[in-house]
Amino acid sequence: MDVTRKVILSAKDVEVKFRVRGNYLTAIRGVSLDLYEGETFAIVGESGSGKSVFTKTFTGMLETNGTISGGSVMFHDKDLTKLKKDKDWEGIRGAKISTIFQDPMTSLNPIRTIGSQITEVIEKHQGISKAEAKQQAIDMMERVGIPNAADRFNEYPFQYSGGMRQRIVIAIALSCHPEILICDEPTTALDVTIQAQIITLIRDLQKELKFTTLYITHDLGVVANVADRVGVMYGGQIVEYGTVEEIFFDPRHPYTWALLSSLPQLGVKGEDLYYITGTPPSLYNKIQGDAFAPRNEHALKIDFEEEPPFFKVTDTHYAKTWLMDPRAPKLEKPEVIRDLHEKIRKMTDEGGAFHVG
Amino acid sequence: MSAEHTERDVILSVRHVDITFSTGRKKKLTAVKDANFDIYRGETFALVGESGSGKTTLGRAIMRINPCSAGEILFEGKRISGKISREEDRNVIRNIQMIFQDPAASLNERATIEYCVSEGLYNFHLYQDEKDRIAKVDKALQDVGLLPEHKSRYPHEFSGGQRQRVGIARAMIMNPKFIVADEPISALDVSIRAQVLNLMNKLKAERDLTYLFIAHDLSVVRFIADRIAVIHLGEIVEIAESETLFKYPVHPYTVSLLSTVPMPDPVVERTRKHIVYDPSVLDQSGAPRSMRELRPGHFILATDAELEGYEKRIEALEAIRAKKDSQEELK
Repeated sequence: MDVTRKVILSAKDVEVKFRVRGNYLTAIRGVSLDLYEGETFAIVGESGSGKSVFTKTFTGMLETNGTISGGSVMFHDKDLTKLKKDKDWEGIRGAKISTIFQDPMTSLNPIRTIGSQITEVIEKHQGISKAEAKQQAIDMMERVGIPNAADRFNEYPFQYSGGMRQRIVIAIALSCHPEILICDEPTTALDVTIQAQIITLIRDLQKELKFTTLYITHDLGVVANVADRVGVMYGGQIVEYGTVEEIFFDPRHPYTWALLSSLPQLGVKGEDLYYITGTPPSLYNKIQGDAFAPRNEHALKIDFEEEPPFFKVTDTHYAKTWLMDPRAPKLEKPEVIRDLHEKIRKMTDEGGAFHVG
Repeated sequence: MSAEHTERDVILSVRHVDITFSTGRKKKLTAVKDANFDIYRGETFALVGESGSGKTTLGRAIMRINPCSAGEILFEGKRISGKISREEDRNVIRNIQMIFQDPAASLNERATIEYCVSEGLYNFHLYQDEKDRIAKVDKALQDVGLLPEHKSRYPHEFSGGQRQRVGIARAMIMNPKFIVADEPISALDVSIRAQVLNLMNKLKAERDLTYLFIAHDLSVVRFIADRIAVIHLGEIVEIAESETLFKYPVHPYTVSLLSTVPMPDPVVERTRKHIVYDPSVLDQSGAPRSMRELRPGHFILATDAELEGYEKRIEALEAIRAKKDSQEELK
């Protein structure tokens, strides 16, 4: 990767704790991430791996029982972890860093018109007149593909379909021209056909408005489509990161192997699908060694004793597993995900959809 | 192939079913229009479409939850739609069970797992005494990979995947012949999806079950289904064996749906084009559409004029396929 690229946001050793019924739960256990300007970075992981919590530290939106107990998030020479009051966040949250959430129904106010919800953001952040804000809002609605935007300005969320609502959420998020757009499972609640449209829309807008995108998703199909770089999260840590090709075609961490292997797209009819045994680790207790070790069939003795460091695979690809240690036994990735490209290519090639047109 | 089909044992027939809802006075919404297909014993039949296409409504009609406004549904040769005797109604409830999408919403959160699972047994007095009932519950839980000691717990104490297992156990304890699975894995995490799909396949093999698998995710359906019906705006547009549908999709809507399935491969994804469905390519003359058999077992909704186009398309696909196959052989 181009080393001269500008880092727009830099998280270092971020640790987040939640207080739950008198106990402390460590949801994020020392995560570092550099986000480059203009790229699309995707964070994948199971529910509970901490992917949402981690990105919420960028916008100060942790639940009230959560605190950032360590590390820093640098954005424009400002440490975001030091911002406490809502007032401190003014000019950053919503203006420079925006978020699109999973469910478009719950992120819109059902009893206010679509138009007023967009103009509110514009007026608040840009301090312009109502009429100007309205014009900007209608422009934005057209940009995200709402037909007859001017007519639909005064309608309510229930008059919009799920996909259209998500377009409105995108319009609101982008109305202040943010530098970073966080997409937290933006298509999970939507249909496949609509999902494809929304993903394309975000990509086109990114090209046009030149913002940086951070995707959070559990769908590896979506990741393959959108991402430049990928980080795999497990048990409150990023365990492997690299360019999207490196993660899909040359994964090194056994958890990434497991995640890829359990994809139904790779299933062979009549045979069982691969699945990950056990459950994710409890984050209440201190985790000894590699968090994935108890579920890992390839676990070494040291995995249970000491936490692995990041081993370098290439300049852009790092994996946090003892398997990468020169002393570790040589292990091949599982059969199902070998020659992944060849398999998928064959599969899509078979799909007659690709022959015609 | 068609001879084999006619010989196969039909467990459920949906005959020209319309389902309409009234929306205010004199207004009607047709949710399902002229659905007509057979499901064979022992197969997994998938109904695929986007939300609002009527796939769940059709599943619910089979469960006798939504009434059909035209046509009829036959289960093992007997009509189960419309007015039927109480005895037959109970027979349907016993033999056709449902697995729901959201395991959190479909279990009574104030009842123990033991109650959730034995509710069907209570309703039908399918046990001799308490001991027998508990033995049946234990067996059902074990069959889905849970432990008997779980039965005193409440639904919130389980993870999503475990809850879906409870939902499956509750359906299986009735020893049904037919299961309507309405998006059973959509609400689950990727790693758990695989477990639940494996479990469903295992139970199907062990108990000679038939599934109607309702889904919007084609990548899952390819793995689990024997045959697939694609439904769009209440109309079934194409029915074929699962591999056939993926290799030779003919209806433009099927083609567009296939093109949106995300593939876990960045190189493939980058070069793929999403094909947007454009209904204006269809025959606009107003000629009647009906299901035509394009190839044995491969049905498509078409007018006479459209059928010609589809015939050309499938011939083109077959030609490309044959060419590819011979190239592969040469290699």
